[in-house]
Amino acid sequence: MVSKKPLGQAPSAKDHGGVVDNPWRPLRAFTDARIGLGRAGVSIPTAELLAFQLAHAQAQDAVHLPLDVPTLCHQLAEGTLSEPFRRPLVLHSQAADRMTYLQRPDLGRRLDDDSRQHLQESLLGNQVDCPYDLAVVIVDGLSSRAIQDNALPFLQAFSQALTSDSQHWRLAPLTVVEQGRVAIGDEVGERLNANAVLVMVGERPGLSSPDSLGLYLTWGPREGLTDAHRNCISNVRPAGLKPTEASLRLLYLLTESRQRKLSGVQLKDRTEDKTLAHSQVSSPFRLT
Amino acid sequence: MTREYRYALGSRTWRFGNLAELMAKATPARSGDRLAGVMAASAEERVVAQMALAEVPLKTFLNEALVPYEDDEVTRLIIDDHDAGAFAPISHLTVGDFRNWLLNDATTPQVLRSVRAGITPEMAAAVSKLMRNQDLILVAKKCHVTTAFRNTIGLPGHLSTRLQPNHPTDDISGIAASILDGLLYGNGDAVIGINPATDNVAQAIKLMTLMDEVIRKYDIPTQSCVLTHVTNTLEAIEQGAPVDLVFQSIGGTEATNRSFGFSLANLAEAQAAALSLNRGTVGNNVMYFETGQGSALSANAHHGLDQQTCEARAYAVARKFSPLLVNTVVGFIGPEYLFDGKEILRAGLEDHFCGKLLGLPMGCDVCYTNHAEADQNDMDNLLTLLGVAGCSFIMGIPGSDDIMLNYQTTSFHDALYLRRVLGVGAAPEFERWLAQMEIIRDGSGYQLHDTVPGPFAGTLKNLSGGVCHGE
Repeated sequence: MVSKKPLGQAPSAKDHGGVVDNPWRPLRAFTDARIGLGRAGVSIPTAELLAFQLAHAQAQDAVHLPLDVPTLCHQLAEGTLSEPFRRPLVLHSQAADRMTYLQRPDLGRRLDDDSRQHLQESLLGNQVDCPYDLAVVIVDGLSSRAIQDNALPFLQAFSQALTSDSQHWRLAPLTVVEQGRVAIGDEVGERLNANAVLVMVGERPGLSSPDSLGLYLTWGPREGLTDAHRNCISNVRPAGLKPTEASLRLLYLLTESRQRKLSGVQLKDRTEDKTLAHSQVSSPFRLT
Repeated sequence: MTREYRYALGSRTWRFGNLAELMAKATPARSGDRLAGVMAASAEERVVAQMALAEVPLKTFLNEALVPYEDDEVTRLIIDDHDAGAFAPISHLTVGDFRNWLLNDATTPQVLRSVRAGITPEMAAAVSKLMRNQDLILVAKKCHVTTAFRNTIGLPGHLSTRLQPNHPTDDISGIAASILDGLLYGNGDAVIGINPATDNVAQAIKLMTLMDEVIRKYDIPTQSCVLTHVTNTLEAIEQGAPVDLVFQSIGGTEATNRSFGFSLANLAEAQAAALSLNRGTVGNNVMYFETGQGSALSANAHHGLDQQTCEARAYAVARKFSPLLVNTVVGFIGPEYLFDGKEILRAGLEDHFCGKLLGLPMGCDVCYTNHAEADQNDMDNLLTLLGVAGCSFIMGIPGSDDIMLNYQTTSFHDALYLRRVLGVGAAPEFERWLAQMEIIRDGSGYQLHDTVPGPFAGTLKNLSGGVCHGE
């Protein structure tokens, strides 16, 4: 039963400028959730309101700001990268603009005619019977910022990991696809005659993660595959999974994938570290 | 089934291939119907379709199944459970007449209750397509649906909230912190419901146990739910876990539900198992369903129907199992189904109306993703309109930010705004608990106490490492 105790011992709320603070705000040590915001009347205080609006604005911008392809290409050319990663082929999906892209996911999964031709021409001179081990495809997805900020750092780490790996990796030319979805990698990989495709895509931005890069690995890329055929490493960004860690996990998956000739639900990431983000806190918080 | 519908307007005769096409083309514009290729080709065609639909007798929906009876267990459920007696008073009406009848002064809450079992989802969907937003609000407000488990949901003048303390790694301390925040903001009477980040039985039981302990320690008149697959919950019950409510996402066609990995028989089995635990104190509604326009198309299981008609058919599934709560998660699916604030708002009002008309305890996850053309102001609009319409419950989450599912829904503060501006309260049993715990001031129009209530203050003080320096 609920007991009615005198409240003299209870922590009291502070009141300044009409805002009532919540004394339990320090519980934020246990979660990134927006707890203990305090209140103006029963409403969100001004500072918290504006902090939210800023986070939403950044997330929206990440969706709508176009990928700056020339800058990306410049970064790649200047980066510490294997040769096939330095000069990407720039391609485009059948979604002509962002409004179409957002409403027609089917168009974002297919290359437009110019891109198909471009890709075909780039293959001239390749040994036809010898497939590439891996094609890497950079796709703007739902966050150009994820690509702009995190593609190069990840690709540098990954490039180094591939180079120092005991196995040889024959890499297809790097491609960059504008207005693309994850599954467009299937068509690119198939047309490049690659055994596996890695799609680096800007993920749907969260309020506190507008810059999250996703990595999707697919063995035997061909049109019509579903997500059940892919392995995903999510949340690659400075405040999330670090490029070197992501690169290690990916190389593990890639090696397993090549050995077993499959990807997706049958391929488990056993490198996963189960440590929780908040486990450093000395003692847990219990309501009971 | 394939009868053509025609409508002559001036010198032109418009043709619609069948009832499904007529319904789809009569639907207010939204991106999901465009994606499915079933939308009206012009604004004029849409209104002509509405005019043609207005002339269709309600009886037609009993004879022309939109998804074949033989192929679909949801259609069979709709037809087999139809109550001809309840339908009799409205059986002579067309869809257009039905709108007038619903708005009529003589159509009281009692009358609406008496015809409920005679209304099919397709009839509800059809009439909603002719209704303006204010019609959807006015009629929904007349539909009283009350359910109960440890408290009573849906009484007129009350608005409940689901406390949604999600955490990206299911961290127990993080979840507990969000539960505390929600309770101290007067939220959580509909359910304390967690979307688990890791979806397996062991994890579900861990979270169920946490919530059960909190509810018992503070003697909270509410219920808990882990939103895991129905088969997981069934297994948890078999393992002796403290299950209050059984959750499942449901859709309006058998193929949609197959893509979700369940059949009606699974739901019946889970409902029976939850009932056998006998954990409710004031009622026995043990199911919690979530729906949302677009799920059938997303599963490629829409049979050429528009997404709102598919959604209404999901309510037939819900109705069969006497749920405590049905939640339309209106803006979660993304802009390829509901593009912007205007489409989300319309869909939310339609879903709430159709659900209430069919007798469901409808709540709404008033929400949006960051790639939709929507913002907090759009949510304020829908939130307020749903409050006026008598929506049974909304979500409550810290600062509107779901850090696990990466979308924005209504905050704990939003619920207090709505309760204050509309003069409504939480579920009566929960309301009494809030006053008794000195979280809200008794009878004072939703004013919170400025101090932390005694029992919770004690919990905060017990924290080692001096987390609480607030005193």
